[in-house]
Amino acid sequence: MNLNFIIQSLDLKVLTEMKNFDLIVPSGGYTSDLLSCVMANAPRQGIWVTLQAHMNIVAVAALLELSAVIITEGAMPEEATIAKANHEGITLLSTPLPSFYIVGKLWEMGIRNQ
Amino acid sequence: MTSQTSSQGIRITDSVAENITRVEELAYELKVEEVMTAQLKIFSPDDQMNDVYETFRDARISGAPVVENNIVIGVISMEDLMKCLKSVDLEAPVSKYMSRLPVTVRGSEPVVEALKLFVTTKHGRLPVVNDQGELIGIITKGDVTSGLLRALQRSYQEEELRRYRASHLFEDINSDRTSLILRYHIKPRDFTHGGTASSNIKRALLRLGANQIIARRCGIAAYEAEMNLIIHSNHGGVIRVEIEPHQITMRATDDGPGIKDIKLAMKPGYSTASEEIRELGFGAGMGLVNISRCVDSMKLDSTWGKGTVLEMRINLPASQSGSDSP
Repeated sequence: MNLNFIIQSLDLKVLTEMKNFDLIVPSGGYTSDLLSCVMANAPRQGIWVTLQAHMNIVAVAALLELSAVIITEGAMPEEATIAKANHEGITLLSTPLPSFYIVGKLWEMGIRNQ
Repeated sequence: MTSQTSSQGIRITDSVAENITRVEELAYELKVEEVMTAQLKIFSPDDQMNDVYETFRDARISGAPVVENNIVIGVISMEDLMKCLKSVDLEAPVSKYMSRLPVTVRGSEPVVEALKLFVTTKHGRLPVVNDQGELIGIITKGDVTSGLLRALQRSYQEEELRRYRASHLFEDINSDRTSLILRYHIKPRDFTHGGTASSNIKRALLRLGANQIIARRCGIAAYEAEMNLIIHSNHGGVIRVEIEPHQITMRATDDGPGIKDIKLAMKPGYSTASEEIRELGFGAGMGLVNISRCVDSMKLDSTWGKGTVLEMRINLPASQSGSDSP
């Protein structure tokens, strides 16, 4: 399941620089809005679903080497956050839909957290 | 490398695309004379177009400068040759078909100047002159592409070499006890830079040859310690990382407020963070728990009103400090 397919299927808005999303295959998924829980449980190269949109999600995603962050319920990161994400090579995606719906869809696509 | 086909022959892969910013830098660093073709065919205005036809065919080039008395007076290209062939006029002099008053670029200028000229003049090739105006070479888009790729390759190899040297740091130094100390000053409530120190720690460890898992464990532990200083400390604090061949010791120190009940602080889910900070996703009460899971041993000393010292230690297997890591 590559990131391009996920972006297309869930109609996600790409906030950061375009990449060859076909080549990015998330290793699994995780959802939480508590950063320490994410730190403890998100898999490397995984996809993280959260409604947090502030600067620190980039630091967390970079440290864990996540493949993408899906920011839900239309929360919008600031320009500086997007710039930092680009600098760190982290892909930020946005959706107006709630986390519950997005996680359900990702699960249907076969994304798990082993 | 003069022909345009050489530029078409180079496929831009993803890894190259990621290096675009580096390419931009290089376009400013590299000089035109470093990427141009110096050994070149030239024509005089009185040469026959037939000579052009034969030279282009034999030397597999698609353009050349036309020179009179050491001065470039024009450029003759494949396009001009085709016009000539269409009119079956191969005995005509080069001066009849060449483009006159060519735009030239100086060899001492950065490559980016040539790139700008390619765009503004729509020319595929530019004669390169020295500061005296004498012809020293020719530059095509293909030359720029391959020159940049060569430079990129070189800088990549330099980076590999630096990485190799760093990962062998400890092997080359003889002492009874060798260690490398990194210090990071953390400011209170500086959420914007939260995670910067831990990212740098992780990066340094990878550079020194630590494997992915060790670097990740240290990165997570350092992140939690860093965020604790940002969220809770009165005046910020210091994270000191000591890297030795057999272990990594990280110590986060602050001068207050201190922890009232260490046992309670260690309890999963317990947090003293304010509502405001929790809204940012911090204060889950999992920080110290995460740290203890990532490190081999931790020691938390705190006095209410005085400050806190958190020491975390990760053991390195024998091969971790050297070259055996991935």
